[in-house]
Amino acid sequence: MNSSAMARHSRNTILPQGDCAPMLETATREVFEIMLGAQVNSPSESEPPPVADLTAMVGLAGRICGVLSLRCEATSACRMAAKMLGVEAVETAEFGDDARDAIGEICNMVAGNFKAKLAGLVEGCVLSVPTVITGADYQLHMLADGTRTEISFGFEGSPVWITLDLHN
Amino acid sequence: MSKKRVLIVDDSSVMRKIVERTLRQAGLELGEVLEANNGAEGLAILQEKTVDLILSDINMPTMDGLEFVRQLQPLENAKGVPVVMITTEGSEARVVEAISCGARAYIRKPFTADQIKERVAPLLGD
Repeated sequence: MNSSAMARHSRNTILPQGDCAPMLETATREVFEIMLGAQVNSPSESEPPPVADLTAMVGLAGRICGVLSLRCEATSACRMAAKMLGVEAVETAEFGDDARDAIGEICNMVAGNFKAKLAGLVEGCVLSVPTVITGADYQLHMLADGTRTEISFGFEGSPVWITLDLHN
Repeated sequence: MSKKRVLIVDDSSVMRKIVERTLRQAGLELGEVLEANNGAEGLAILQEKTVDLILSDINMPTMDGLEFVRQLQPLENAKGVPVVMITTEGSEARVVEAISCGARAYIRKPFTADQIKERVAPLLGD
């Protein structure tokens, strides 16, 4: 796989934070089950990292500050949009407004659902409107020290990554 | 049950379609469904048309849902029309603020058809 074609995230200042992962996973599963009517499952260890064609990001500000992001391939985003809209998915790597819109909303709902599960956070943290990046050749650098929690799962056979970067 | 004309205000077109589909799944008889991308567009629609129900997101660019609800209060076409906020923001402070602005109910995303029915049907007298 061409490394320049992958979304690369700087990890050198990010410490692992395992405590958030189960809650992040539950928040994600609930959104996929309720809004997409879809089960998600864990990808196999041997699965290669995805070429993330789309990245949705939602900012968190207040008692915790950071960014929650969702990365996936274009085909996955198209399938998510189709599930949300209740239409047949068209198997294509091309994506349009619906795919961008869908992953932005999913990211937004995962962020909202995650903060609703943390005691005291629901009142003390606001979310930004979602931003969606298209294209894979970029690097994301957090400019403040912080922690990273990342989960991945399979959605209809393709990997999806959810990452929570929190500033200290 | 008469068919209801509904205004859905959300900056996500996918979410507007989901809300419409969920209202139908909840058994509500929908007539015309009007869509607005933000509060300002919602107000413009209400200058021209009457509706039976308004569902609005809170976090939107240009004009958010709370400001939209504040500004629609004096509109003749919005008098007595129930407003339901649908949002990822679950904070009690936001709920209180939305209700004080004139909203009648509050639904947090992700939502089910049952939750929509439970909150919306009583407002329509169904």
